[in-house]
Amino acid sequence: MAELTLTDIAKHFGDAAALKSVTTTMRDGEFLALLGPSGCGKSTLLRLLAGFEHPTKGSIRIGDREVANAASRLNVPPEDRNIGFVFQSYALWPHMNVRRNVGYPLEIRRLSKAEREARIDAALAATELEPYGDRMPSDLSGGQRQRVALARCLVSDPTAVLLDEPLANLDVALRASMQAVFSDFHRRTMATMVYVTHDQAEAMAMADRIAVMNNGVIVQLDTPEALYARPRSRFVAEFIGEGAVVPLTGAIQSDTGAEATLLGTRLKVETDTAQPALACLRPENLTIAETGDIRARVERVTYLGGRYRLNLTAASGEALVTQSATRLTPGDQIGLALSAPWAFAAA
Amino acid sequence: MSLAATNSSSSRSEGRLLSLALALAVLITLAPVARLFLEGITAGGSLNLGFFSEVVAKPATLSALRHSLVTAGLGTVISVLIGGTFAFLVALTDLRRKGALVFCLMIPMMIPPQITALSWTQVLGPSSVFLKTLGLAPPLGAPQPLYSSGGIIFLLGIQHTSIIFLTLRAGLRAIPQEVVEAARISGAKGFRIWGQIVLPLSLSSLLAGIAITFVTALGNFGIPAMLGIPAGYSTLPTLIYQRLASMGTTVLAEVAVLAMLIGLVATLGILLQRFFQRRQRVHLVGSTGRPLAIPLGKARLPVEIALWTVICAILVLPMLGLLATSLVPAYGVPLRLDTISLSGWHEVLFRQPVTQRAFVNSFALSISAATLLMALCLPLAWLMDRHKTPLGRAFDSLLDLPYALPGVVLAIAMILLLINLPFTEATLYGTIWIIFLAYLARFFAVMFRPVQSSLRQLDPSMDEAAQSVGASLSRRLRDIILPLSAPSAAAGAILVFLTAFNELTVSALLWSSGTETLGVVIFNLDDSGETVMASAVAMTIVFVVMFLMAVIQATSRRLPKGVVPWQS
Repeated sequence: MAELTLTDIAKHFGDAAALKSVTTTMRDGEFLALLGPSGCGKSTLLRLLAGFEHPTKGSIRIGDREVANAASRLNVPPEDRNIGFVFQSYALWPHMNVRRNVGYPLEIRRLSKAEREARIDAALAATELEPYGDRMPSDLSGGQRQRVALARCLVSDPTAVLLDEPLANLDVALRASMQAVFSDFHRRTMATMVYVTHDQAEAMAMADRIAVMNNGVIVQLDTPEALYARPRSRFVAEFIGEGAVVPLTGAIQSDTGAEATLLGTRLKVETDTAQPALACLRPENLTIAETGDIRARVERVTYLGGRYRLNLTAASGEALVTQSATRLTPGDQIGLALSAPWAFAAA
Repeated sequence: MSLAATNSSSSRSEGRLLSLALALAVLITLAPVARLFLEGITAGGSLNLGFFSEVVAKPATLSALRHSLVTAGLGTVISVLIGGTFAFLVALTDLRRKGALVFCLMIPMMIPPQITALSWTQVLGPSSVFLKTLGLAPPLGAPQPLYSSGGIIFLLGIQHTSIIFLTLRAGLRAIPQEVVEAARISGAKGFRIWGQIVLPLSLSSLLAGIAITFVTALGNFGIPAMLGIPAGYSTLPTLIYQRLASMGTTVLAEVAVLAMLIGLVATLGILLQRFFQRRQRVHLVGSTGRPLAIPLGKARLPVEIALWTVICAILVLPMLGLLATSLVPAYGVPLRLDTISLSGWHEVLFRQPVTQRAFVNSFALSISAATLLMALCLPLAWLMDRHKTPLGRAFDSLLDLPYALPGVVLAIAMILLLINLPFTEATLYGTIWIIFLAYLARFFAVMFRPVQSSLRQLDPSMDEAAQSVGASLSRRLRDIILPLSAPSAAAGAILVFLTAFNELTVSALLWSSGTETLGVVIFNLDDSGETVMASAVAMTIVFVVMFLMAVIQATSRRLPKGVVPWQS
């Protein structure tokens, strides 16, 4: 197991820049999710780590071994990096049965037959696939296929496991149970895992830390809790969780905390910058109260099961989101009490 | 430093293997074409366009060129009429037994042209065993109606029907069904749908099919040779053959110019075909999952009967004629129960050393060409798909040339290239090796394209997964790529075998005593009046062809799209 270090990595496809200057470290043993909208460069980053793509600029280290360096044209090929890779399409070899698929990495490493069998058995047991060893991939369900792919990548003790949207082809119910399989697998092996997804719920549920990517850069790398509670840019605030981003003015820091004007009212805000310019209002920052700080009009009501999401327009014109326990009618005028929202510099 | 030494070993060994395979492939396929081009403009050493125009201006050249254009052009019209009708009906309507219909329509394409010509001359004319048996033969001395420009046009049209059918049907299948359904919902019916929706959308593929059919008809040697030479009617390919056969290699410079001339016309056609094929790709979006099946209603049965009648006329009838001739003791005797005889078969299969040698030669040539091409094309196609280099792209666009260009052009190019091996006194002309190398060049595309299309449909993560678990290049080729593309490679190899086994055009110019192929033997037997034996050899070939086609057909369900040419 090892740390993965990227230094000033850039990747261009022709004239298009898929990644621009990424510098980051994936810690030894952590479960890190790469999260972002499609086209943000997250899959490219993963394929650079695996060695399927070569960086246009910068260098990559796995542990203390440099595996790619654009300046010295060093590119250790994927087969010599000892990493595991789980593909969205599973990439099981259709002409080999489950045992042969799982055991193929060991064939390459020329292990003895006895040891090979033992390790295949262990990998099949770890992924609850014992009864399926002799089946062909075409006879398996989607979830079983993904477990075979996982077994195949863990059988050879890789230094890191890279997963490229491994659950995207599965239905919702299966996704939840496979998330548990991945989390258990990580807890047991303490392998460094890098997990690409565009589904924030998936990233939040499994990852120790999440790197939010946009337009080829990592915009924020933090724990799921920090990303939700303390976003540092409008993009992260809007991409993670529900809520509204509104401008604020006249921020003043004092011993008792910070104050600023937003939505036409003076409020306490949470912040760690001297010059905040935007505030992030989560649904839990807004409480419906007739004597509240501001007035708003209900635009749309969506039932979420047990509660309702309200899309609102504040008297000052901004769009807001909150939740309520009772159904309201579009057009209703309501009062809102605001609890100290997170404020951050405009970026 | 030790790291730097091992880095990229895989990527570099892939690069090395790609360069090696690519160099070999370029040498095999493009060197002859380049050599011919050089000859045409230099004519023996110096740049000399005067010689070119001198040869072109000869009356014999001009008349052969005119004959070539007329027969190929009108033959294409016939192909379009038959093939187009079949393609529209099969692709758009609710006909039954479409698979069988398509398979039968494909057989003429796989039957070599000299056999087509031979079989039709056995159906018509005064000495037709078939007509004599039925008592319908014209009186002796009446002319063979097929020994004429009309006969050549008719048979060229039948021979190439399937090319139009295949390209047009592929284009029709790319039309999303919603487009036609939307027209029907809007109230369009029958010919209105066809004329205003289907025809405009499939026009590009129809035009591409017409262009390639014309090129193929232009290069056809078997039909004008069997029908035109007795009538004194020369096309460019037969003119080249006759000049070379009577004068030997002394007229090499002159026939090279003729080959250039036909090559130029063919290249124009190929460029036209590519232009239309590219245009077809754009604009069509939507699902093409379910095939179209516009109900024909009460017209269905009559249409089906009509189509099967046409199949009978162009496939079954000539084959019956051929079979009848092969079963009589001597040419001209009517076939009756008391005259039926297997002596022709016995003679060609067990007695004649020439025919036995030809069987051995053709088998050996086709099997080794198929094997060698498979071994070369599989890694090459895969590496070219993974590493997109400018050279690879250029080769990809040119590799069809030796197959698309007329066979006589390639044969002349091979003679020019191999008559004097560079730096030696040796020559390959007159040996079996020149035929073998010509086959490698000509059938490279036949092997390469199916393998390429199956590898392109292969999920690249199949290979990447093996790479990520540490498999080296050779292991991945052996354990992953080979097994996954083996069915397509096998289908490609069978196609190469089929085409090479039947081939006449290339070997007609390259054979010498001892290196006869089956195509040459049929041609020579017929030429010397041994029609019964020629028919027996031809029937044998037809059986082999139908058997191998049936093998491919039976396994086609397991093959990826685009591998079996008649199921594109």
